[in-house]
Amino acid sequence: MNSKEITTQISKAADSLNLKKWDYGASFSNDYSVQVDKGEAKQLKASQKQILTIRVWNESNLVGITTTSDISQSGIEKALNQANIASDFGNKNERTEFSPLAKDPIEVKYTKKRKPVGIKKLLTLLREAEVKLLESHESIKSVPYNGLSESFYERVYANSDGAFRSYTKSQAALYLYARAEENNKKPRSSGSVKLGYGVEDIDIESCIKDASSKTISHLNYSSIKTDKYLICFSPESFLTIINAFSSMFNARSILDGVSLSNKNSIGQKLSTEALNIYDDGLHEKNISSSPFDGEGTPTKRLCLINKGRLENFIHSESTARIFKTIPTGHAGLGSKVSVSPDWIVVEKSDENSDLKTSLDHSTYEGEFVYIEELNAIHAGVRASQGSFSLPFDGWLYKNGKKISIESATVAGDIKYLLKNIVNIETNQEVTTSGISPHVWVDDLSITGDA
Amino acid sequence: MLSSQTKSNEIVFGSCNKDLLEEIIFYGIGLGADFVEIFIENTNNSSVLAEEDFITSVSPSFGRGAGIRIFKGKKDGFVSTNDLTKHGLMRSVSQAIEMLDITDNKIEVFKGLNKHRDYCLSKKKWINEVPSIHEISEKLLVSTKSLKKNNKIITRKGSYSRNLQEVIIASSDGTYVSDIRLHQTVGLNVIASDAQYRSSGSRRFGSSGMPNEFRLWDHEKAANDVFESSMNMLYADYVDAGQMPVVLANKFGGVIFHEACGHLLETTQIERGTTPFENKLNEKIAHESVTAIDEGISEGYFGSLSVDDEGMEPEKSVLIKDGILKKFISDRAGELRTGHKRTGSGRRQNYSFAAASRMRNTYIAKGEHSKEDLINSISEGLYCKSMGGGSVGATGQFNFAVEEGYLIKNGKLTSPVKGATLIGEAKEVMPKISMCGNDLELAPGFCGSISGSVNVTVGQPHIKVDSITVGGR
Repeated sequence: MNSKEITTQISKAADSLNLKKWDYGASFSNDYSVQVDKGEAKQLKASQKQILTIRVWNESNLVGITTTSDISQSGIEKALNQANIASDFGNKNERTEFSPLAKDPIEVKYTKKRKPVGIKKLLTLLREAEVKLLESHESIKSVPYNGLSESFYERVYANSDGAFRSYTKSQAALYLYARAEENNKKPRSSGSVKLGYGVEDIDIESCIKDASSKTISHLNYSSIKTDKYLICFSPESFLTIINAFSSMFNARSILDGVSLSNKNSIGQKLSTEALNIYDDGLHEKNISSSPFDGEGTPTKRLCLINKGRLENFIHSESTARIFKTIPTGHAGLGSKVSVSPDWIVVEKSDENSDLKTSLDHSTYEGEFVYIEELNAIHAGVRASQGSFSLPFDGWLYKNGKKISIESATVAGDIKYLLKNIVNIETNQEVTTSGISPHVWVDDLSITGDA
Repeated sequence: MLSSQTKSNEIVFGSCNKDLLEEIIFYGIGLGADFVEIFIENTNNSSVLAEEDFITSVSPSFGRGAGIRIFKGKKDGFVSTNDLTKHGLMRSVSQAIEMLDITDNKIEVFKGLNKHRDYCLSKKKWINEVPSIHEISEKLLVSTKSLKKNNKIITRKGSYSRNLQEVIIASSDGTYVSDIRLHQTVGLNVIASDAQYRSSGSRRFGSSGMPNEFRLWDHEKAANDVFESSMNMLYADYVDAGQMPVVLANKFGGVIFHEACGHLLETTQIERGTTPFENKLNEKIAHESVTAIDEGISEGYFGSLSVDDEGMEPEKSVLIKDGILKKFISDRAGELRTGHKRTGSGRRQNYSFAAASRMRNTYIAKGEHSKEDLINSISEGLYCKSMGGGSVGATGQFNFAVEEGYLIKNGKLTSPVKGATLIGEAKEVMPKISMCGNDLELAPGFCGSISGSVNVTVGQPHIKVDSITVGGR
């Protein structure tokens, strides 16, 4: 069944159950992936998946939901029945409606749908990449985590009010994590991930080069003394922190009491005036961009922090109604509609005179810690409390030398971190989760075992 | 297209599918596969969320699908699909064969499926015995009400989820198995706040194959425990970082062994060359006080199974005996690629993942000391009463958040501390577990890895680690 046929099928089945109001979200995908081990194919995977989530409103305007992978006529009828039963337990305390923007025009740009190259081609490319990475340095002994995949999918939203949205996309991903070993030293590991609309868009050579240079740069390592340090966050690590505390911008989290912000926080000063943060799901560099969210609301660019002050929250239909504003295109379809950011963009604002511009990661000669990548976010972040304690990969720059840091954590508080930003470099870098320049923060605690 | 296949041409749960399964396996073997495995599932899940004094989410879901794995030599091709018709399954076999680029003419012998091992017989009634949404909702609301013990509690949540999974497993070695799995979990969470101070508390409980378990759950005790934890931590200072001895509490304290050592004893890690224990069988890798077990047979525990996802009954595997490494956790691919015998540990989240060697109920065995013995032996250190999550890096370094910690001074528990993280490497920490308590207890959890998220149990008695890096501020 294609998406139009599914819509017709749901409409018919809903009529027979006397359900006047419904909507659904669906996704259909075909995925192919390969992994290799020392030149040999290890696992080759293909999958065909379909997921349908149906919501219905009962006579009391309470919402019930069901999710299924069975998109046959009987599956759809069963899903509607289950959703109808679940609606008896719908949330009486918070109404859910269709998004008022579900029929607004959507902006579909940068859609580059590629054709599949096939498993054999994926395997050949990954084998070659593994060989090149192994040959790039004598200490690189294996590439234990590797994969090349391509995915082709369609996302759909439709409702009983006549809204219908659909888009198709393709996406490819390559990851290479190398392991280096030297005598009388601990093994060291690092890697690189690259995304593209298709395999032909992925810069395989640069992925190999990044994985190799990162891994090798950690070979000479040392413990770090526990203390407070001047920190330079890489674009990737700064985006990791911002995403981990995105509940600050999230209206759903505010209503649920798990955000550091409250309804009256708009305008609150969080940081140096030099900091701007946007959510820009439609950014041309966002390979995973979606033109609409789970409720059919168009995706758009939204300013979250403007010159250091909280500017906007991200919303679903229901949170927007409660906050007396409009949905922002950040909803995820569910019994309880979730809200989450799409693609964070960090930049330096015009009001940047208070920044210490001498702090540049490529030229600064004083002592600082460079945090390349933060790990174990799920374990080390207390978003509702604002605190974090996270292991990281990085280097200590001291006396003109750079040495990899062994087994350390950086700890602090997000409000403290934002207030202690001392420089935002000019050049932005594209990562897999957004765009950011290098960001410098003073006086953060690092625990090492030196 | 809408399904228009006749019943005999598709998998029907609760019926005999032997002829169809054999036909598909014959097809794969005939095309040159060394081994063909078919895993088919039908799920019926439900979850309920209570926030403050309201039910805010009821989410039923159901689905079906198949995962087909073909081996040729040591490599495998895996295809998953939602199409359970004969045509759909055969197409998946063809796709897997094509991926593997099989060109030789050697045809393995398939003698047909063995007698059906049906583990469902006593389990078919479970779906009618589990609590109804109405019953669950009522108890969750009573639970969240129990959390409202003072005005510092600003957020109260109770959540329940039930996963009922019916599986059929058939493979070219004759394996033909059906099973029904039931998992239920219930959890409570609070956030407490007073001026600039904030804390949180959470506990999760879980069972397998016990339809009545939610009714027996002592929500009052759970609520008191979560409330006390959040109150104890509300005004806690941040811990000072450094190297120190620690005592890890029982139950979920076992997550450290699970993450830091257990994963390194899975054959997938040998395949990748990422475990320091690869060539250490029958060598000492831990303190002699440590005996560690992984098993899938303890009735009702979250990681227990009647049969694994490759059709093998789980065994009790003594991984470490008195500090000596005795066994790895292995699945079919692990046995093929590393030579370690299967342990009934081939597990996957669902049909869309190929099975891999995964832990089940994993714990350090009890020792002879009391909890007080351990704490009394430390002049300055940290007591980790409740652990959060953690992770292990590609080189074996681990880190874990301590949710509820207390300083130990002169053999006594003193003030609560927050923000602690335990950092180390299994190879270095395992020999430093010098004392094990006599109070082994287990706790449920979810483990995410190569074959998705699976239900597990972690556990240990109270244990003392002589020295570990504690991250703080």
